[in-house]
Amino acid sequence: MTGLNFVGAGLIVIGAGLGIGRIGGQAMEAIARQPEASGKIQTAMLIAAALIEGIGFAALFAA
Amino acid sequence: MQNIISLKTICLFFFFVSASVFAKEEPKEGESDIKTEIKEYINHHLLDSHDFSLTSYTTESGEHKYIGFPLPVILWDNGLKVFSSSKLHHGESVAEVDGNYYKSFHGKIYKTDASGTINLDEHHHATNEKPLDFSITKNVFTIFLVGLLMFFMFSRMAKKYKTGSLPKGMGRFLEPIILYIRDDIAIPNIGVKKYKKYMPYLLTVFFFVWIINLLGLTPLGVNVTNNIAVTLALALITYFLTTFTANKNYWGHIFWMPGVPVPMKIILAPIELLGTIIKPFSLMIRLYANITAGHIVLMSIIGLMFIFKNWLGSSLSFGLAFALSLLELLVAALQAYIFTMLSALYFGSAVEEHHDDH
Repeated sequence: MTGLNFVGAGLIVIGAGLGIGRIGGQAMEAIARQPEASGKIQTAMLIAAALIEGIGFAALFAA
Repeated sequence: MQNIISLKTICLFFFFVSASVFAKEEPKEGESDIKTEIKEYINHHLLDSHDFSLTSYTTESGEHKYIGFPLPVILWDNGLKVFSSSKLHHGESVAEVDGNYYKSFHGKIYKTDASGTINLDEHHHATNEKPLDFSITKNVFTIFLVGLLMFFMFSRMAKKYKTGSLPKGMGRFLEPIILYIRDDIAIPNIGVKKYKKYMPYLLTVFFFVWIINLLGLTPLGVNVTNNIAVTLALALITYFLTTFTANKNYWGHIFWMPGVPVPMKIILAPIELLGTIIKPFSLMIRLYANITAGHIVLMSIIGLMFIFKNWLGSSLSFGLAFALSLLELLVAALQAYIFTMLSALYFGSAVEEHHDDH
């Protein structure tokens, strides 16, 4: 079947997008709760987002 | 009342946009030409080249003129061959060096016969012999340039600190960034005791990636970090630094994970070992893919202007391109930050001392 790899890549990108969105949302909630910890939260958020993003790009390259 | 007016404007706006899009539906003479031209232009922009050309245009007689300067081509083909890339004429003519003929085809140099025949296989790949290419290409030239710039900039800055502790000139802008890398990236991730050893690399990689990413957004048309070989080299340095400075504790966690049952240890060892390679691999892919994706999207939107060819569509894509450029400015700094951050994280895991809690 040709083209299914693109569907798979699309699914992974959707998943990665949802994941990064959740990370961003939760981080914002956490910052709202504890504004004094915003620096640490931001760093952790960026690392987690970057790791998920890596998977998304890996899927794009595999397709 | 205001809401209704703005809603009307938006509706009108979309009507015009869609109208202008549909108006172009019928294929016109020359339209497919401009699409392939834009595609070629984007592809060309993403590739490395043997000369530094800023722009090119076609004269009335159909001749391509390039504005820029040639760079040296260095080949190893039974002996060192050095010549100027102006001999290649952007792939349009054959360069003769010591009785050998070379031609540039899609940015790669091939050995040809005197008339410059490129043999193609069924996938449109050239099957000619390829000499080893050590040329100072556009990317290499830019890397040298940025290296020199950073060397003079930072050594001058460092000298000024010897006369007084207050930063002057460039230092006023860069000191907070350097302190940020030390206090918020290196120390929390690596630890107070051992961070000093890694600071030179972290600072160099941060500023190198940042400056090179920013240069990629200028009209110079250089884009070094969307060459996967460059990001591979950067990731390899991180990998080697992690591997060679790692302590017993790090290897212990990879090959014989403490605190888990023995069957689990056997399963975990290959996974952890694979993880050491995947980490720099993801560093490489992340930087490369982010910058490449940014460039492709930006250039496509700029290309849309020439496809729309009307006031509304073109100004829309101009605004979009402007907004995206601002976003790319952020991405340029963010990718440099993330590369440094993750490198520091990996170094930190390599030099972490033994804890008793696991």
